[in-house]
Amino acid sequence: MAEFEPKIIAFVCNWCTYAGADLTGTSRIKYATNVRMIRLPCTGRIDFMLLLKAFAQGADGVIVSGCHPGDCHYTAGNYHARRRWILFRSLLDFVGFDTRRVHFAWVSAAEGAKWAQVVNSVVNEVRELGPFEDYQKLARVGVE
Amino acid sequence: MDALRKKARELLESGDSEVIIGYGEGSGNRARAIFVQKPEETERLILDDRCEQNLAVYLLKREVKSLGKPAIVARLPVLRTILQLAAENQLSDGDVAVIGISPDGELVDLPDFKAIEEYVDSLPLELSPEEQEQLEKIKNMSIEDRWRFWTDEFSRCLKCYACRASCPFCYCSTCVVERNIPQWIPVAPHGQGNLEWHVVRAMHLAGRCVNCGDCARACPVDIPLNLLTQKLDEEVFSNFGLKAGTTSELNYALSTFKPDDQENFIR
Amino acid sequence: MAEKKLLKKESLGQLFEKLKSDGRRILAPRKKENQIAFEEVSSPEEIAKEYIQTTTSAKFTVFPPCEELLRYRFEDKEVQIEDRKLDPPPTVIFGLRPCDAAGFSVLDAVFSWDYQDAFFQSRLEKTSVIGMSCNEADEYCFCTSVGGGPGNTKGSDILLTRLGSGDYLAEIITDKGEEIVSLAPDLFGPAPSDQKDEFLAEVPVRFEHKELTTKLGAFFDNDLWVEQSLRCVGCGACAFVCPVCVCFDIQDEADKNGGTRLRCWDSCGFSLFTLHTSGHNPREVQSQRWRQRVMHKFSYLPDRFEIVGCVGCGRCARSCPADMNLVEHLKEIVETK
Repeated sequence: MAEFEPKIIAFVCNWCTYAGADLTGTSRIKYATNVRMIRLPCTGRIDFMLLLKAFAQGADGVIVSGCHPGDCHYTAGNYHARRRWILFRSLLDFVGFDTRRVHFAWVSAAEGAKWAQVVNSVVNEVRELGPFEDYQKLARVGVE
Repeated sequence: MDALRKKARELLESGDSEVIIGYGEGSGNRARAIFVQKPEETERLILDDRCEQNLAVYLLKREVKSLGKPAIVARLPVLRTILQLAAENQLSDGDVAVIGISPDGELVDLPDFKAIEEYVDSLPLELSPEEQEQLEKIKNMSIEDRWRFWTDEFSRCLKCYACRASCPFCYCSTCVVERNIPQWIPVAPHGQGNLEWHVVRAMHLAGRCVNCGDCARACPVDIPLNLLTQKLDEEVFSNFGLKAGTTSELNYALSTFKPDDQENFIR
Repeated sequence: MAEKKLLKKESLGQLFEKLKSDGRRILAPRKKENQIAFEEVSSPEEIAKEYIQTTTSAKFTVFPPCEELLRYRFEDKEVQIEDRKLDPPPTVIFGLRPCDAAGFSVLDAVFSWDYQDAFFQSRLEKTSVIGMSCNEADEYCFCTSVGGGPGNTKGSDILLTRLGSGDYLAEIITDKGEEIVSLAPDLFGPAPSDQKDEFLAEVPVRFEHKELTTKLGAFFDNDLWVEQSLRCVGCGACAFVCPVCVCFDIQDEADKNGGTRLRCWDSCGFSLFTLHTSGHNPREVQSQRWRQRVMHKFSYLPDRFEIVGCVGCGRCARSCPADMNLVEHLKEIVETK
């Protein structure tokens, strides 16, 4: 029987994490292939609903990553994102959503190795948690 | 009550206000919102424990605005609503005559926003012990129990939007749920549509909700919606030190930041 | 003429067993904290003991809040449509009040008007109603003002009236009712001598609906609509708890592989209900929407189908966050010169 491989969606900012992930590749660092990258100009642009939409479409885990505080290409986008995530994460936890499936990181354009590390550890953690069927099933609950 | 009626009458007779938004006798021993335009009709105004509805929701309705300069009977949640609406540029100082009501039911003279700010500052804004208990009960549940609790509560949701309609801060002319290119939040009342609607609404109210409780009261199927906004309110205060409805200057948690905001979950 | 029988209260348990072994699911009012709603039950003990009316109606049994109409898949340039198999479970609604039972014929009038709605019809066919007369009413009830009554049999297949002894007078009204009796004929004894009317609630008539319909014919441009709707906040609570409101929205939920078409409840009270693609909205203000609600129920439906679009259950008034109270407004209209 095929072992479960989690699908991970990563929402990353163009200037730091996306470039960082590119560096991971050019450095020939091998890392888990479960991740699909979605590039946005800045973490500040990431609507909290995007995370839930990823789960609705079949993701088992989500990574959100951007520039370190102080290094945002647009000066303050990641500061706004940080506040949003603090609140959103506590709301998710409050409604019983497993926040171990949502991960946040600051990965800069120079941190190719860190990106590989982040992805590998998230994939391992989410593999332990198993497929996230609860959320997808919700779209059929209440439909006659 | 007599003092209230007298004040209302004065406002109408002097022409300072053209409509008094207050509470009147409703059906089944309820109070309801009334819009008094004639001085003789100020006798209809009442004030007691049944007067809970957040009347400020009517301040932004075009049908009510067209009646002329309003005065509003304002208990604490309404006062906080007015300040928060002012902070969001929906109300200007002097737009509405505020008939302040103390927690004991006495009239309070509040001629401008500054006076309201000072008055609100003097009152306790924390959750009541009963409210705190209800919130703690959920927080103390295991994560599986919380999921079960909320999916169970949301399974009754019919997407009637009574919560949205009764909230003074849901004043967007086109709500996010009505945007359909693409249909971002599902319209349908299935499990996902309901969860996403309530999550979006709670997030859009984070740091703005003044805990009037109207959303939970309005819900025809008794979902304790105020728990969601209360939880976020708590987070906004403990993380960023901000509370909604305390100042008429914008101080919104999600449009401001501190370079040293703390968290413990970002790698 | 409905056949009258006696159903002892101890027999309810056995009746439920017979219904279940006949493969029927039983829906009855259950109490859950502050709510009383129709849910599946397996024994009479689960039924709410004292209640005047359920919070939400039983309309969901024949017209669900969210119903799948079809599914589709994209295959190359083709669209494959999978029609829904209509096979609803045989259902008995137990304890439905006469107002709600009468409501099914209003729903039927709309859903079989110029097109037989197969989704609705298939569910209605499989549904039987064991109604329960009202021993008590509250100030929100007004069935007698719209041609109904606390002991009316319209819409029920069997109507039970609780007598002083706690046993039930059972009126077997339709073929479906007789079918149920035939499952357990021993449980239905000879008719008691009790007079049904003695056990019915008093529901005073508050207005004459025919007078209202006539009045509304010339009321479209009246200013009263504005005044009446000032406190309405524009939610859909009244439409959604109503046993006879039928407005719906069609939603397609799809991804690049295919999707599903859903029919969901909608309300004429929502501000964007009549928004056209052009951007024009003929009912831009709440007074126009309030007028629509009243006219639809008490003028357009009577004109078109000779049926009143309201059964007087009072749910709208009980649930309204702004305490609109329909009856008060209707009376005001009738009394306006």
